[in-house]
Amino acid sequence: MITNILAAATEEGASPHNPIIPVWQEIVVGSVAFAVLCFILMKFVFPQMEKTFRARVDAIEGGIKRAEAAQAEANELLEQYRAQLAEARTEAARIRDEARADAEGIRQDVLAKAREESDRIIAAGRDQLAAQRESIVRDLRSEVGTLAVDLAGRIVGESLADEARSRGTVDRFINELGAGAAGGR
Amino acid sequence: MIGQSTVLAAEFPPSVEDFYLPSILPWGHESYWFTKITFLVWLTVALIILFFLVAYRKPQLVPSKKQWMAESAYGFVRNNIAVEMIGPRGVAFAPYLTSLFLFIILNNFWGIVPLVQISPNSHIAFPAFLAIISYFLFIIVGIRHHGFVKYFKTALIPPAPWFILPLLIPIEFFSNFLVRPFSLAVRLFANMFAGHMLLLVFTLGGFAMISENVWFTPFSIVSWIMTIALTLLEFLVICLQAYVFTVLTASYVQGALADEH
Repeated sequence: MITNILAAATEEGASPHNPIIPVWQEIVVGSVAFAVLCFILMKFVFPQMEKTFRARVDAIEGGIKRAEAAQAEANELLEQYRAQLAEARTEAARIRDEARADAEGIRQDVLAKAREESDRIIAAGRDQLAAQRESIVRDLRSEVGTLAVDLAGRIVGESLADEARSRGTVDRFINELGAGAAGGR
Repeated sequence: MIGQSTVLAAEFPPSVEDFYLPSILPWGHESYWFTKITFLVWLTVALIILFFLVAYRKPQLVPSKKQWMAESAYGFVRNNIAVEMIGPRGVAFAPYLTSLFLFIILNNFWGIVPLVQISPNSHIAFPAFLAIISYFLFIIVGIRHHGFVKYFKTALIPPAPWFILPLLIPIEFFSNFLVRPFSLAVRLFANMFAGHMLLLVFTLGGFAMISENVWFTPFSIVSWIMTIALTLLEFLVICLQAYVFTVLTASYVQGALADEH
């Protein structure tokens, strides 16, 4: 039909070609060429591109996800470390308190022991002193008796020693003296 | 080509015949199968296919320069035309729209390539079959989406009072199903045709003036400068018309997919 019109247009003579009547050969060539173009691009190129776009999006989103996971993990670790640190701090404080209490106890013990020791030493000294005093008193008493009897014997002119010993005069006197002194005090 | 121009300069003003170049094969002088125009179409297709296959032979997550260029061509049509016009469903149409866009823009581009300077799209055959494909594309998409009856109902019956429908339905039918393919084809064809005609007028006009009278040389030079300026303008038209054709196709598809009128 188109060729008929074309032929008619040609026969009219003014111009062999009419620019708004398509040449059917060109339609065929154009359609085939365009079909080839579409086929190859739509089959081999653009699906690949969509795939690449998707892969890129995946890569970026995956990267973000990985970063988020790492961040979360780091936060968790940090939290863990903080908790451990706090635990260690309280532990240390507890140990310090305990040590302080122990030290105080030990000090008290030592003090008590020292006091006991000193008391013991003092008591021992006192006993010793008393014993010595006792023996000294005893010695003195016998000596004073002997001296007094000797003195009296010299004054009287005869030995009173056996007499005094046999009767216990000196001892009785001293005892009376002691009792008198104790009662008088 | 310059030789050809001087030959053509004898016949000023340029005519429609300047668009119909003889067969490039030595035989069959009147044949349309192997002309400069068909050769350019084949060359266009070959160049696009070659570029994309080479650029996308081994796609990487981090693209090379060539891969990036190929991706931006597809990404431009996909995101700025298909998704923008049609919505998320537009991704399915992006491959066809990109093929269409590339085919038109490169074929247009021959119009200003030095020594070639004629676009296959200045022959209505090429815009015509592209328009027909777009026409059937949106009708088929509409029928598949809505079903035959419902599609024509939504496409033809606007939500209007019943008494105005007898007026609206023929208008809708006329604008949606008769005019669309013609307007698509003629818009592209006429732009390319006029662009080529303008370049011819100013180039051949320069030669015509110079051969008429040597004193007209300055006018000839102005005329050729105009040719250069118009070439830059043509570049704009080339990109714009390719974009418009693709956007309108996408918009028709969107209209066919739309649920409400």
